[in-house]
Amino acid sequence: MKNKSLLAKFASAPYTVWMCIFVIVPIALVVYYAFTDADGNFTFGNMTSIVEYGSTFLISLKLALISTVICLLMAYPVAYTISKMKQRRQSTMIMLVMLPMWMNFLIRTYAWMTILEGNGLINRFVRMLGGEGFSMINTDGAVVLGMVYNFLPYMILPIYTVLTKIEKSTIEAAQDLGANRLSVFRRVLLPMSIPGIISGITMVFVPAVSTFVISKLLGGGKTFLIGDIIENFFLGNTGTVNYNVGAALSLVLMILILISMTIMNHFDKDESSGGIM
Amino acid sequence: MKIISKVYNFLVFGFLYAPIVVMIVYSFNSKKSRTDFGGFSFRWYAELFQDDIILRSLWLSLLVALLSAIIATVIGTAASVGIHSMKGLKRRAYLAVNNIPVVNPDIVTAISMMILFVFVITKFNGLEMGFATLLISHITFNIPYVILSVLPKLRGLNPNIYEAAQDLGCPPGKAFLKVVVPQITEGIVTGFIMAFTLSLDDFVISYFNSGSSAQTLPVTIYSMTKRPYSPKINALSTLLFLSVMILLVMVNLRKTNGNNSKKGELK
Repeated sequence: MKNKSLLAKFASAPYTVWMCIFVIVPIALVVYYAFTDADGNFTFGNMTSIVEYGSTFLISLKLALISTVICLLMAYPVAYTISKMKQRRQSTMIMLVMLPMWMNFLIRTYAWMTILEGNGLINRFVRMLGGEGFSMINTDGAVVLGMVYNFLPYMILPIYTVLTKIEKSTIEAAQDLGANRLSVFRRVLLPMSIPGIISGITMVFVPAVSTFVISKLLGGGKTFLIGDIIENFFLGNTGTVNYNVGAALSLVLMILILISMTIMNHFDKDESSGGIM
Repeated sequence: MKIISKVYNFLVFGFLYAPIVVMIVYSFNSKKSRTDFGGFSFRWYAELFQDDIILRSLWLSLLVALLSAIIATVIGTAASVGIHSMKGLKRRAYLAVNNIPVVNPDIVTAISMMILFVFVITKFNGLEMGFATLLISHITFNIPYVILSVLPKLRGLNPNIYEAAQDLGCPPGKAFLKVVVPQITEGIVTGFIMAFTLSLDDFVISYFNSGSSAQTLPVTIYSMTKRPYSPKINALSTLLFLSVMILLVMVNLRKTNGNNSKKGELK
């Protein structure tokens, strides 16, 4: 018995060291940079300068929220109908949902540029029908579209997973007791699929609120999100690089996501997670 | 009702696949245009295979994915054994820290490591961002996923078998390799595959931690999207899509032929 615990202690030692150096120290450095100036003196200046970026935070939150809601509304019926199919068909459909996920999201986003462009496929089609072309790319709408397109599978999969776990007899029992379709959905299906919905929401919201690629490619630099600003502070031109303010923004983003996750988990009363990750 | 749901599903899947179809079609375009289709040709595929930058970054991506997955699997599996024997607050704290890179947005993980690397580099001359920092950052975000797939398998083990092996005179290390590892192989393999694909697919963390000398394929693709349009990206994407599709179909067929009981399992 003694030997076993010794082995176990030794086994986790490399990761403990690794985690300290490459997870804890970097986070500590982010906090340190967020509260110091370029010369290393303590300051609240970075944190207060964040107020300037308040509107960017709001736009990021707004677009990410809209995308998450659209994803949820689109995904639930799909997940539900797939969960009702025959076993064999189910796995084919789920494979079809996962296939685009396995492509790099840069490529997926890039593909939309071709379609949305001023001279792109949609506008050509509209003009062919005699209509007038309109601009779609470089708008907030295009950014939302890119987010929905990229993250929709992450909403479908966890909801599908919880729905398949609901016993048929539960629904039948509700129907036997006189519940109509709507109340079966409202009082049985929906409450039971909450864990899946929650993990779906986090899996869509977190990457959506922190993205900088989708806004760059489909927003054309007009839609500036919080991710774009952070990127600019770390990898921008020499004039704009400022690790301190960048670290402060990242810290706020991190805390923001932590808070929203805590709120989300509050809804998920039983701890069973419907997620696949 | 049936018809409505069929039409609805058709529309959603149409939405998911339309851009991919467009991309595949235009990868065979003989013209260098995003919208005019000039005729069928393999021109861009030929140019793709002559593009040294793309080919080099593809190899780098594969190399980093393989190395980081192997190292993360070894460290992560060992760590899982350690975590498995931990109890109470220590265990919860350990798992909480383990979850940081999983929960944090990629960009925060990326810049936090970048700050560390830049900090060290400015202190010691002669170092620079490159392959080493890239590999370290990939290992760091891979390990948690290995642990998350190995730990549940350890939980399902019967500890008596391991102790029995030791009672019969097997040294602990050997008992571990001969008794425990075979029983958790499935979790280890899942963890490895996840680490490999996550690493291959990663853009954000590589973008901040690779410097200019070690660009992975996604980083190269990103820099290509900023330059004038080149259908080479379409050709490359088509090839990647086809290889992923073939891989997924193969895995799915093997699963359905193998055992039907595990059908519900994703990944």
